[in-house]
Amino acid sequence: MISDLLHSLPQVLVDGLTLGAVYAVVAIGYTLVYGILELINFAHGEIFMSGAFIGTAVMLMFESAGWLGAMPGWLAYMLIMAAAMLVTGLMGVGIERVAYRPLRSAPKLISLISAIGVSFFLQDLVRFIAELSTGSYLISSSTLYNDNLQLRVSKLGGSLGDAFLKTNTVILIVVAVLLMVGLDLFVKRTKWGIAMRAVAQDRETAALMSINVNKVIALTFFIGSALGGATGVLFAQQYGTVDPFIGYVLGIKAFTAAVLGGIGSIRGAMFGGLFIGMVEMFASANLGVLTSGNFGGEYKDVFAFAILIVVLIFKPEGLFGKAVKEKV
Amino acid sequence: MSLLELKDVHAFYGGIEALKGISLTVNEGEIVTLIGSNGAGKSTTLKSICGQVKVTGAITFDGKNITDQAVHQTAAAGIAHVPEGRRIFPRLTVKENLEMGAFSVKDKDVVSQMMERVFAYFPRLKERLRQLGGTMSGGEQQMLAIGRSLMMQPRILLLDEPSMGLAPILVEQIFEIIRELNREGMTILLVEQNAYQALQIASRGYVIQSGEMIMEDEASVLLESRKVKEAYLA
Ligand SMILES: Nc1ncnc2c1ncn2[C@@H]1O[C@H](COP(=O)(O)OP(=O)(O)O)[C@@H](O)[C@H]1O
Ligand SMILES: [Mg+2]
Repeated sequence: MISDLLHSLPQVLVDGLTLGAVYAVVAIGYTLVYGILELINFAHGEIFMSGAFIGTAVMLMFESAGWLGAMPGWLAYMLIMAAAMLVTGLMGVGIERVAYRPLRSAPKLISLISAIGVSFFLQDLVRFIAELSTGSYLISSSTLYNDNLQLRVSKLGGSLGDAFLKTNTVILIVVAVLLMVGLDLFVKRTKWGIAMRAVAQDRETAALMSINVNKVIALTFFIGSALGGATGVLFAQQYGTVDPFIGYVLGIKAFTAAVLGGIGSIRGAMFGGLFIGMVEMFASANLGVLTSGNFGGEYKDVFAFAILIVVLIFKPEGLFGKAVKEKV
Repeated sequence: MSLLELKDVHAFYGGIEALKGISLTVNEGEIVTLIGSNGAGKSTTLKSICGQVKVTGAITFDGKNITDQAVHQTAAAGIAHVPEGRRIFPRLTVKENLEMGAFSVKDKDVVSQMMERVFAYFPRLKERLRQLGGTMSGGEQQMLAIGRSLMMQPRILLLDEPSMGLAPILVEQIFEIIRELNREGMTILLVEQNAYQALQIASRGYVIQSGEMIMEDEASVLLESRKVKEAYLA
């Protein structure tokens, strides 16, 4: 049994890192918004999905215009990414303006319901647009950097097996890390980043410092949503096919990652995302072996939610969160 | 012309009328103190000025009507409010807290000049730049709160009970610094329950009770008034 686990380990690590990087960046979007508004932005999974669709749509446009062969792959990638980040960023700002700001002084539950409403609205809107323009809500496009690589880990000996990946897998992980490092620097070092933290800690006093709180909240939505949209593009390029529902379960898992890390904590979200990605891939590869075939890899989703429940019961502030004192 | 003027200001929390038509003026270069017992409406008066509560009536600052102006705009206009309980950003460092005070200052050189000036008043802050605001003692937090508001280069300081909860020696220090700031030209509206000390450094004073101004006079006169002595200096 151990040798089975070892054999799949390199592949588990690669896949876990890939999925974990996706969860991590999406989790940051939840944590940023929660940190500043104490609102679980359930529409964030759909922002991720929208990013994936926008990326795919721009890709299809490039294809049909014949530009894809005419420009280097990295340029196409960057253009797709920029388009998706800009549009999803603005979507986030719009959602805050229309669906959350008018409810800011209402009980939190009301905003939560509004968030769920936005989430369903976006699913249906994207489905509508996709079916209208292509006749199907499952959309595929060609992908960039999809050549296969093989990590010959087996040469290291033991019972380790090889890991297979694409060049895009490496791109996905590297870009996700760059996005996270960039965000971390922004929030730690820049004036607007510090203002985001100030507003999260004490909105009233931040206003006394001449900080325009609404602007900071809008900025937070822009950044969180643009990160989600960018991750959507990476995801679409990795798997090639998107549908309007990919954001739903993925969003809940990324939210779980944020809770695990301590909602409101950026580094916690990064850790939580990686952890859940790893656990899930490990389960997917090994559940069958570990349970002598009674449970297969399709039970992998159970783990994210089991983790959510355990964290909420035993350590609701998460691993990196601070126990929140009730505000007076 | 007075720098700050409130005329017949009413303020409400839901149905409760916390200010029932108060008037108050602060002239450039003055320390004016507003005293009164707990719940009288002192904090509400300061919140009305900076836009944190909805009011009716007229509030003018430097000749401009600022009634119901957004909080961040009154701050940018030069009104620095050091709120009750200090309200330091607990998980920002001392340096970051100070930088937030200077949020609307564009010029980085000016920010570092202001910071040096703050350190001149509060050398302790310079030693603690990397410490988180929330881990400092009450006295240090009050210094940081005042220092942070000075970073805005304000034209008036609104101080809400700066001596609250501090040991007598620290209270002494804080009042000394308020006096020094004023000597260097800062206009100050000081809210205090510590009426005796406040009246000693102020030029004029107001007494508020249940949302109404019941007295207004030279500070020296209020200090000698029997009514004030009985109610607030006992
Ligand atoms: N947020 C609030 N909601 C409802 N009532 C309030 C609120 N803040 C203050 N009050 C009421 O307004 C009155 C004046 O309060 P305040 O200005 O804080 O008094 P002071 O600062 O003089 O102690 C009090 O009766 C207080 O209970
Ligand atoms: Mg008060």
